[in-house]
Amino acid sequence: MLEIKNLHANIDDKEILKGIDLKVNAGEVHAIMGPNGSGKSTLASVIAGKEEFEVEEGSIVLEGEDLEELSPEERAHKGIFLSFQYPVEIPGVSVTNFVKTAINESRKARGLEDMPANEMLKMIREKSELLEMDRKFLSRSLNEGFSGGEKKRNEIFQMAMMEPKLAILDETDSGLDIDALRIVANGVNKLRNKDNAIVVITHYQRLLEYIVPDYVHVLYNGKIVKSGTKELALELEEKGYDWLKEATV
Amino acid sequence: MAYTEEELKKELETKEYEYGFYTDIESDTLPKGLNEDIVIAISKKKNEPEWMTEWRLEAFRAWQEMEEPEWANVTYKKPNFQDISYYSAPNKKPKYDSLDEVDPELLDTFKKLGISIDEQKKLAGVAVDIVMDSVSVATTFKKTLAEKGIIFCSISEAIQEHPELVKKHLGTVVPKKDNFYAALNSAVFSDGSFCYIPKGVRCPMELSTYFRINQAGTGQFERTLVVADEGSYVSYLEGCTAPSRDENQLHAAVVELIAMDDAEIKYSTVQNWFPGDKEGKGGVFNFVTKRGLCEKNAKISWTQVETGSAVTWKYPSCVLKGDNSIGEFYSIAVTNNFQQADTGTKMIHLGKNTKSTIISKGISAGQSQNSYRGLVQVSSRADNARNFSQCDSLLMGNRCGAHTFPYIEVKNKSAQIEHEATTSKIGEDQIFYCNQRGIDTEKAIALIVNGFSKEVLNKLPMEFAVEAQKLLEISLEGSVG
Ligand SMILES: Nc1ncnc2c1ncn2[C@@H]1O[C@H](COP(=O)(O)OP(=O)(O)OP(=O)(O)O)[C@@H](O)[C@H]1O
Ligand SMILES: [Mg+2]
Repeated sequence: MLEIKNLHANIDDKEILKGIDLKVNAGEVHAIMGPNGSGKSTLASVIAGKEEFEVEEGSIVLEGEDLEELSPEERAHKGIFLSFQYPVEIPGVSVTNFVKTAINESRKARGLEDMPANEMLKMIREKSELLEMDRKFLSRSLNEGFSGGEKKRNEIFQMAMMEPKLAILDETDSGLDIDALRIVANGVNKLRNKDNAIVVITHYQRLLEYIVPDYVHVLYNGKIVKSGTKELALELEEKGYDWLKEATV
Repeated sequence: MAYTEEELKKELETKEYEYGFYTDIESDTLPKGLNEDIVIAISKKKNEPEWMTEWRLEAFRAWQEMEEPEWANVTYKKPNFQDISYYSAPNKKPKYDSLDEVDPELLDTFKKLGISIDEQKKLAGVAVDIVMDSVSVATTFKKTLAEKGIIFCSISEAIQEHPELVKKHLGTVVPKKDNFYAALNSAVFSDGSFCYIPKGVRCPMELSTYFRINQAGTGQFERTLVVADEGSYVSYLEGCTAPSRDENQLHAAVVELIAMDDAEIKYSTVQNWFPGDKEGKGGVFNFVTKRGLCEKNAKISWTQVETGSAVTWKYPSCVLKGDNSIGEFYSIAVTNNFQQADTGTKMIHLGKNTKSTIISKGISAGQSQNSYRGLVQVSSRADNARNFSQCDSLLMGNRCGAHTFPYIEVKNKSAQIEHEATTSKIGEDQIFYCNQRGIDTEKAIALIVNGFSKEVLNKLPMEFAVEAQKLLEISLEGSVG
């Protein structure tokens, strides 16, 4: 599904990603862990096509198509979804209106008509129930005044609505309380199927108890320095990252 | 009006000002220039009674003594008032009862405007009185209104048919000598609308007027007078579009609203005059005096969406004379390219327990300048007056400007005045967030701008709100890059 090869990316001439290789197949869940500032969010943004970052070397290929020339919205239309670490506020635009616009823009790009209103409503009802969201949120301005946890839950609600092929969840667990974590993780699990793939970026082993990854990667100083199975996450929880530093330098 | 997404998109693709065409309808035009003879000629052409001619002449004499105001935050080449023709009327009169009788070319014009009478008629509950150049050409739905005793006609017609009402109210809210432009308007106004709602009557439909400047070099001076008698209610819509021209066109309208005891007037405007091209050439000069008078327990709401004109100078105001009266001002002003807008409101609290609310949303793009200028005045006998003002500015890019000039004059200690102001920029991260969800940048901007303007858009009648959103998109088109 996703194949990243030797990816180097800069911002303001500062190299942040220093040669990343990552292959994610359909049906898989990959976890990316790593210390603060190691480049996890940068990797997510570069995959999503954020233009501030310059790709100096390497390639990102989604289902056989090189993404290099594609704008962020075109990548979204191809099924890439990013759950933001810090979701932004858009005052005056309701969650419903935003999601509706997002869905219809993507449909338009695929040559489809707007989703009929009743279908949209039905879907909104289903997905908000799946994530046990208070319906009141749907009419509130997007992320405005939302608590940290509410923002994260709302990101996953959007993911559920958009039904992406590749979802990247950037620290979706941070800010969620214990119950919310379980609800959101269960929601994500229900969205998993053999045709899509999920990349979760997290600092905590706890999330991975709910969303069980097939692979765990450690991103350290712009490089993936170790990959393994879910046991690697446990090991990291125990030992921290220092031992890896010695291993790589 | 239900515009489909497709139509919206198409609109967005048109780069030039889409309503910039010129309708070739024969006109009967007076020579350029302004003097007492011209004023008398205008009055004669309209068969006005002598008191009206006198009234105009008094205004003209006052105007001659006045100076054009300098204080607004706009700069422009002053119009040469001797180089303007002050009267132009479509030749093919009289008025029509049905569309079949209307000049086909005129109908075509409406089609291009996308607001054809045809469509309007179907749109349940909207009566349209269209001011094409200076004389009302078509009036519809008049009969339904007449059954309720509502008068809705051109001001010229009102002068002929209801002279007592016009004589009693004209110039009582905006006196002839109020200001330079109001005096000019009083002297030479060519036409406009008149509306009277009798005691206790709720006007069953939105009353709507579409203005349009159509004759090269013809300044337009409309005069609108709305009188809501005790306990009545009316919602009035005003909308404008103009063809593109090389020389600047002057527009100096006067609108007077009178809300008697317990009456309510909602006055909504969507204004879309030619703003000038990308270099700032051409475009309409819009100098408007709008004021409403509230008697006891009365309420006046001004709602406006301003996207057009090269230069706009406009302050819809409320004089809260009666106790417990309420004044509201909701405004969206968009400026792009080289547009300059100086708009705002005045809330004059005279009565006890009077309340006013001001919500102003300014959106600036390109190299435009957008100023809010508001005055809240509380007189010494206005006990417990309350005002809430909120001025939000949204900037797009680094070359435009937003300015806020709030003036507060309070002479009564019990007054409560609140003022809030914010300035924000459309952020890269907001755009990226939208992009990531599959929404392209142009659409993202439209979404963010609509969100920003929502409190005001919500105050507009439904079909007007749709049109207003469309205008916002069109006028900001191409402002990112
Ligand atoms: N716009 C930017 N300008 C300058 N430096 C940046 C920018 N964005 C990211 N960086 C730098 O790139 C590095 C990687 O940042 P990134 O956000 O990818 O880290 P992260 O692994 O997601 O960290 P965390 O776990 O704290 O979320 C950091 O040193 C950060 O300061
Ligand atoms: Mg991060």
